[in-house]
Formats: sequence, structure tokens, C-alpha cells
Amino acid sequence: MQLIRRSALLLLLLPLPAAAGVLPEDRADLMYHYYDGGGVTIDGPSLLVRKKFAEKYAVNASYYIDMVSSASIDVITTASPYDEERTQYGVGFEYLRGKVTYAASFSNSSENDYDADTASVSISQDMFGDLTTVSLSFTRSWDDVTRRGDATFADKIDRRIYGVDVSQVATKNLIFGFSFETITEEGFLNNPYRQVRFVDPDEALGYGYEFERYPRTRTGNALSARARWYLPYRAALQADYRFYTDTWEIRGSTAEIAYTHPLDDEWTFDVHYRYYTQNGAEFYSDLFPREDFQNFLARDKELASMQSHTLGIGVGYEFKPAWTDFLGKAAINLKYDRIRFEYDDFRDLRTTGFAPGAEPLYQFDADVIRLFFSGWF
Amino acid sequence: MSLGRLAATALLLVAAAGCSRLEPWVKPYERENIADPIMAWDRDPVSSSYMRHVYESREGARGAAGASGGGCGCN
Repeated sequence: MQLIRRSALLLLLLPLPAAAGVLPEDRADLMYHYYDGGGVTIDGPSLLVRKKFAEKYAVNASYYIDMVSSASIDVITTASPYDEERTQYGVGFEYLRGKVTYAASFSNSSENDYDADTASVSISQDMFGDLTTVSLSFTRSWDDVTRRGDATFADKIDRRIYGVDVSQVATKNLIFGFSFETITEEGFLNNPYRQVRFVDPDEALGYGYEFERYPRTRTGNALSARARWYLPYRAALQADYRFYTDTWEIRGSTAEIAYTHPLDDEWTFDVHYRYYTQNGAEFYSDLFPREDFQNFLARDKELASMQSHTLGIGVGYEFKPAWTDFLGKAAINLKYDRIRFEYDDFRDLRTTGFAPGAEPLYQFDADVIRLFFSGWF
Repeated sequence: MSLGRLAATALLLVAAAGCSRLEPWVKPYERENIADPIMAWDRDPVSSSYMRHVYESREGARGAAGASGGGCGCN
């Protein structure tokens, strides 16, 4: 379904971070994730294991499950609540030669109406006395889209992502970085289930529904900058900003500030605030004036004019496990985020007694929890 | 001076700088704070990739989530 289709996207597309000049530590993470918001509950486990050999090679493997129970506003107004599951696995390889790290990864995501294969390669190099790291990456993915209950429908998406990232040590207490990514997509980009609404005086509600129609291409560009300071006492402050624009005329800005405060060598506390805003896609409307009003039609709230606010906290405890010599150290982390999504032109159709187009605007809060155990071996 | 000429001059200066060996202005023995685990861009990759997934499922913007470079220069 739509939520999972979008969900399937970029989790797959992001290769594991590759730090040039040094391979990642031998580490395993087992996480339980939970999301509850807007009538949708998603939870499941996630596992990531990394292991290096001879200080030159590293491999990683990941496994991830989303168990979804959805009664979202879209489902309530045009379909029936459903349960489903998405499974994803990934493998990766890194090779360090001198100050250059080469990385390659592959992943697959599957659910009952969507399947995606993703391959990614990247190269990172340390330069200027190891103060600068430059990374280039290329990702390609091939998605198969189907529709439950309709054996005649099948389509594809071909996606390419080109990325460059620079990370720079500025002073002994400050690092900053820049990233730029271009994402091009071609194929069936809308949700095969979602519908738009249009004014129809013949309907009892005053409006009728027809299926969404999106352009078959989309190209987006994202540019981000970030800085992290080591404060005069042992703590860190980070600021991030990202600007996004695409050929559907969506422009989005993301700003975030985060603070990390360790206590002794065992406890770590995090707090962060994130703000996001975007305008709507050019072919989006909450209510079209009539059926087939234009070539492209969308009523996906992800493409509406919207804002989101996130306030998050986290606590981590690091320890040496007494029950095993295998793990040099271990950590338990609990993170909680509260997100509010507010829409400027997506109306709440669950309400009654309003003229079409005069319903209250939709908004909802989401709770996100991550509980994970990490072991270094 | 026009913006184009200014940019060309800046480019030439940067190119010329590339001919000489650049001395690291933060010496290896001055990187203790930068090397502290609390200064990592992405301390817990499982957790952070999950949050990107949460946002990208519900917002129109995506990409350049960054933090993929090392840049610590600690090794």
C-alpha cells in the first residue's frame, strides 16, 4: 500500500555510511521500532551486523521488518483498514585502500504488492591531511508495482540517485559538511489505490472520486549543510539545514538542531528539534472542480502544502557485559520522538455537516519509539 | 568587478592553491575533541536510517540526508 511503497523507497536507497580512511567498527545492532500516528501503527525488528577483516575489508548485513496496521484517513474515507508486512534485507561490502574506501551494497524489499531491488556503489577519499572527506555515490533501483485484486495491472519504476558529500574538520572543535543529491525516477509513481475527489452535485456528499494520475517522471535535487560543535564542556551541538526542489514544483526546507550530553562514560542524553515545511505539487488539489479536470491529478497529503514539527529525546547506557567475553562493550538506547503533521490544503473528510471544500484542515500527531541493543565485538 | 570575473579569480586562486602542499591546520594531536564519539555525525546508523524512513514516507522532500562522510581524520 501507499504508505509502505513510500517507506520502501529511501531506506533502501541509503547506503551505509562509509567513513573514508577507517572502516566501521565490528558491531551488531538489534532494534525494535514503533510508529503510531494518523490511524497507522507500524512496528517490527531491525538488525544490522558489521564485521571487518584484516583492517582492509568490511562486510555488513541487515534485516528489517515493518508490520503495518492501517486505518489512516485515506483508508477510512475510500477503502477498508488492512494489515500487511514488508520485509527488507541488505548486504554490503567495503574495501579500504590507503585513504580511499570503495563500497558496494545491494538490498531487496518485498511486500504483497510491491517489490524493489536496489544496488549502490560509492567511493570516499580523505584528503588535505585527513581534514576533508569527499564521497561520491550512485544508486540504482528497480521497483515492480502491482495492485491487489487486479491481476491485469503491473508496472515499474526505474530510479537513479547521484550524490556527493563533503565533510570538513574546520577547527579542533568544529566539523561541517555539505551534501547534494539528484534523484531521477521514471515509471508508475503514484499509488494504484489512492483516489482524488472532485465536485459532483449528483453525489450525496457533493463530491465523487477518481483514481490519481501522476507524471511518469520526477527529478528532485536536495542540498544540505550541517555543522557540529564540541562545546567548552564535554557535549555536542549540531545544526542542519536542507533545501529540496523537484520537477513537480515541490520546494521543501528542513531545519534541525540537536544537543548531545554525556554523563560520565556510561550515559548519553540527546534532545533535538526538527522543523519541515513544503509547498504542494503543481497538480495537487484537495478538491478538483470536476472529473478529469486536468491531465495529472493528486490528493496525496505527502504532496500537499504542509509542515511538521518534531521534538525528540534519547537516553543511552553503555556497559561491559559481565556474562560474556565476546562483547567488548554494549549499549542500550531508548529514543522517543513526537511529530506533529499539519496540512494547509488537505481536509479532514471524516467530519460531517460541511460543504465540500469547507471541512476542517487535517492534522495529526505521531509517536515514534526506537529501543535498541548494540554490541561491539 | 563582475560576479563572473570574481568567480573566475576565486577559481584560479583555488586551483593555484592545489599546486602547493596544503598543511593541515588542525594537527593530529589536536583532534581529541573531534574524535570523541559524541562528535560522530551518525552515532547509531540503525536508528538514524529508520528516522529518515519515517520522514521520507510522509514528506515530499528526500535525499541529501548527509552524514555519510567520516572527516574525523583521527586514524
